[in-house]
Order: sequence, then structure tokens, then C-alpha cells
Amino acid sequence: MSGISTAHSVVEPSPTSKGVAGFLVILYAVITMVPLAWIFATAWKTPPDSISYPPKVVFSPSLEGYCNLFTTRTRQTDEYIAALGPPEGECDEVTRKREMVIAGLSNYVPRFINSLIIAFGSTFLAVSLGTFAAYAFSRFKIPLKDDLMFFILSTRMMPPIAVAIPIYLMYREVGLSDSALGMILLYTAVNVSLAVWLLKGFIDEIPREYEDAAMIDGYTRLQAFFKVVLPQAATGIAATSIFCLIFAWNEYAFAVLLTSGEAQTAPPFIPTIIGEGGMDWPAVGAGTTLFLIPVVVFTVLLRKHLLRGITFGAVRK
Amino acid sequence: MPDINAIADRVASATPPSVGRSLRGLSDKSIAWLFVGPTMVLLLAINIFPLIWTIYLSFTNYASNRPNRKVVNVGLKWYQDILSSPEVWAAMQATAHFVFWTILFQTLIGFSLAYLIDRKFRGHAFWTTIILIPMMLSPAVVGNFWKFLYQPQIGLFNYVVSFFTGIPPSSFEMLGSVTLAPWAIVIVDTWMWTPYVMLICLAGLRSIPDYIYEAAEVDRASRWRQFWSITLPMALPFIMLAVLFRGIENFKMFDMVMLLTGGGPGSTTELASITLKRQAFEAYRTGYSSAFAIILFVVVFGLANIYVRALNKVKQR
Repeated sequence: MSGISTAHSVVEPSPTSKGVAGFLVILYAVITMVPLAWIFATAWKTPPDSISYPPKVVFSPSLEGYCNLFTTRTRQTDEYIAALGPPEGECDEVTRKREMVIAGLSNYVPRFINSLIIAFGSTFLAVSLGTFAAYAFSRFKIPLKDDLMFFILSTRMMPPIAVAIPIYLMYREVGLSDSALGMILLYTAVNVSLAVWLLKGFIDEIPREYEDAAMIDGYTRLQAFFKVVLPQAATGIAATSIFCLIFAWNEYAFAVLLTSGEAQTAPPFIPTIIGEGGMDWPAVGAGTTLFLIPVVVFTVLLRKHLLRGITFGAVRK
Repeated sequence: MPDINAIADRVASATPPSVGRSLRGLSDKSIAWLFVGPTMVLLLAINIFPLIWTIYLSFTNYASNRPNRKVVNVGLKWYQDILSSPEVWAAMQATAHFVFWTILFQTLIGFSLAYLIDRKFRGHAFWTTIILIPMMLSPAVVGNFWKFLYQPQIGLFNYVVSFFTGIPPSSFEMLGSVTLAPWAIVIVDTWMWTPYVMLICLAGLRSIPDYIYEAAEVDRASRWRQFWSITLPMALPFIMLAVLFRGIENFKMFDMVMLLTGGGPGSTTELASITLKRQAFEAYRTGYSSAFAIILFVVVFGLANIYVRALNKVKQR
């Protein structure tokens, strides 16, 4: 995207039109970032600040949102709190101000770790399977190739809830309900279609002559694949991996229906963060921030390949 | 790599490649099956087998909370029930409203943004990346934090609306009102997915070669005329591709709306996938919901097929 700098020669936009275009686009970009900035800011507010009217733009930052995200608390009497020793650390202090004491750790960290395990596990499997299949589709004569490619893509058109009904029953039969392995297999199946389509595009762009030359030098087809094609496809494999990772990281429908405890990921957990008397918005903000930051970073890293990824490789440049 | 190519060509013309290759290690044919096989097995196990099972269940009275009840064949009962159910038609209508308006807004705003970004003002690459961020985020988490922005009185959205219009911020509830809730979900989806349409449109605009504009300039075609006769027709296949992808995705929409409104108030934002989830996982009407899942799948598949054909016609022109 950023690499394109071919200026229109005759039709170069005038400085005025560029200025107006720039102003409007920047205005849109700023407006579109407001909701995100607001949730990131809410994480640093106290619960009363987060629900004040008018909404507070300037506030004194507090760690309470992050403390509440990572801990569970119980209400105690003033006498009980007064009898305790000096508070250990910032979180202890803000909790006691609310006449509560920290009772233990919340489930956020285990859910976050589940998300990491399931996202990385399924990405690894989907990209491995996808690379092999994409190479075969790119280089070999396979009967009904176009139909198979379409079949692979069509598995992605089914509404997730429709797929979840039989998967739910199937997993109950074989004991994969609420297990990380079950979720990894499911996300692998969903992601492998994306991986095959994207990677076929990337591998198509590697000249066949490289492998042919390697095979003339005495490599077998497999050796040529591993030692010549894979290194050439490294960028494509990395970009595909990030797309699969983001999908698995963001997925909610399967996660909420098929996991309840042990294997629950972060997206179904974050909306369940509640405080006393309603949502604890600073804690939700903190959980959301920590969950979204990796995706924002990956989006910036991926920006040159985004177009390809979101169109299943249909549009490349 | 002219030298490698030259050598490869020379050797390839000298020896029939298939003979040379099959002598070393595995034949290409067995490698092809070895490479494609695992992906196909996975998709058969996690996509096709469940689909067949769903078709079977849709003809039975099976209920997932009563696994020991005798399963009876009910024929086409569920299909008749669904097609004559006012609840289902209400859900389809809510879905149609959601799909139509989100696509309309996203296409208009997305194309305009792409057109402006194509003016290539200074810093356009940076601002484009910023604009792209919302579409990469988890729809569930996005739905959850927009619920906070939409809170009456304390929410940022209501505050901003009241700031610019003077309407009291507690006088309207985006998520609690029957008339506003369908628009609340359209706004969030537009915020999230306009960048998607923008990115595909941008690729379309950049695919138009400069010389066409130069020729038009020589012919003294006005800017207005150039837009309608060159820019729009040549970008049209890309716009249609974006509409296709957004249409399929939004027809299946579940996560964002589930967290934002849960289908409410009443059932005003109860999209097809949410009705499906209610029937399958809250009412445990497994047979009925399986039939509904099949109907949804056929609709998505049918619409996508018709649309792809139209798209190919436009491309060929």
C-alpha cells in the first residue's frame, strides 16, 4: 500500500484537492479512533469517574480498573479492614478504600492464556496443513482442482451457529467439550480454508524454475519443497499466520457455545466482568485494552498484506 | 534470475520432466495426495460430517438436552414450521434491514474514503493504517464496549449527540428503544467494517491505469465525466466483491449484535443467527434449529452463487 508512489503525470491532483482530501480523511480517522481511545482511557478511571455525567475527559489516573480486572474482592466491615495490617501495594490500597479486601485472583489471566494456547495451536496446525495443500494445488495436476478449492472456501460460508450445533453434539460424544484440543481442531478447520487460499496465491508467485533448477541439481521434489520453496514463501507464511492468529484470537460464537470453564477464551470472558451494582467499566476497559493491543500491533505489521488477507487472496494489489 | 531460468529451460527441453522426477523418491502424484490429504480429512471431519449430521437431525425430533429420548423421524415438519413461523420471518426481516443498511453506508463511506485517499496527500499511508484498525478487532469485544458508549446519560455517544443537537442525553436510549436499536447495530457495524470496503475500493481505484485518464484529458473530458465513465465502471468489480463479502458476513452476523443488544429490545434486533442460537442452545429444539441452519446455509450459498455469476459478467465486460 505504502509502496505505491507512481504519481499521475497529467492527472496529478491539484494541491487544493489534496489538501481537502487529506483534511477529510484525517477527520474520519480521528473520529473513528475516538471510541477506541475512550475505552483505553476508561481503563485508567475509577468506577465513579467512569460513569460520571458529563463524561470525564480529564481525570486523575487510577490503577483500580486493572486491579479489579486481575482480582476478586469481598466486602468487609470497617472494623475488619481497620484491624488489618498496612496495605501491600497499590491494589490493596484502592480496594480497601471501597471497603473491600482482595479475596483472590480473577479468571482473566487463565482465560488470556487459553486464548494464547488455542490461537497459537490452531494457527500452527492450519498454516502447516495449508502450506502443504497450497503447494500441491499450486504445482500439481489435481483432478477437480477448482471444485476442491471451491469446496475448501465454501466451508467458510456456513453460519458459525449452524456448525456449532452438530459440533456441540459430536464433542459431547467424544469428550472434547470444553477442551483446548477441541477448540484448536475447530479453529484449525475454519482457518485452513483461509490458509490454503492465501498461501496458494503466495506460492503461485514463486517461479517454478527455482524448484526445477534445484531438482536438476539432484534434489528430490520434497527436498526442493523444503529447501527452496518454503524459504521463498516465508513472508507469505508469516502474513497468513497472523491472519489465522487474529481470527482465532477474536472468535466468539464457537467459544461461547462450546466452552464454559476450563477452555474458555478471553472474548466470552470479558463481557462477564461485573462489579457491584452493574458493569465494572474500568475493569472491562482494562481487559479490553490488554486484549486488543496485540491485534492493533499486528494490524500495523500486516498493513501491506491486509488486502490479500481479507479477500482470500482474490485481490492482491 | 536469467541464468537459472535459461539452464532450467534448456534441461527441461532436453529431458521429459515426468520421467526424470518420478525416478527420485516419491512421485509427484503421491506427493500431491500426501499434501492435500490431511486438509481434506480435517474438513470432512469438522465440516462435512457435521453438515450431514445436521441434515439428518433436521428430519428428527432430537433434543440435545434429552439424549435418551427415542428419536423419531418427523419428515419435513420443521421445515414447514420454520417457513410459516412469524418469528422466523421477523428475524429474516431484521437481518435484511441490517444487511441492506450496513452495506449501503459502508459502500458509500468506504468508496468516498478510498477516492479521497487516492488523491495521495502527504501522510496518506499512515492515516490509511489508522483507519484500518477497527476491522481487525474482536467483534464480541467491540459489541461489549459499544454498549458502554451507548449508555443513556453516562455514555459518550449520547453525550456527543446531545452536544451537537441539544437533545438531552438521557432522553433517548440507543439500545433500549425499539426504533433506535436496529440503527445502533448498523452504526457499530459501519464503524467497524467501512475500512474493509475502503481497502478493496482503494485497490480498485489503483488498478485503473493512468493512461486512460491521460487519454480522457487529451479528449477534454470533464472531471465529472471521467468519474462516471472511467473511475466508477472500472472500480465496480471491486466494489461488488466488497459487497459480496460484507453481505455474506453480515447475513451470518452473531457476535457483535449478541453482545450489544442480545437481540433486544423485545426481538427488534434478533438476527437470524441469534434466533438460531436461541432455538438450539436455550430452547434445545435441536431438530428445528438444524432445519433452520440448513435453510440459512442454502440461502447464503444460493445468494453467493448468483452474485458471483453477476460479478464474473461485470469482470468480463
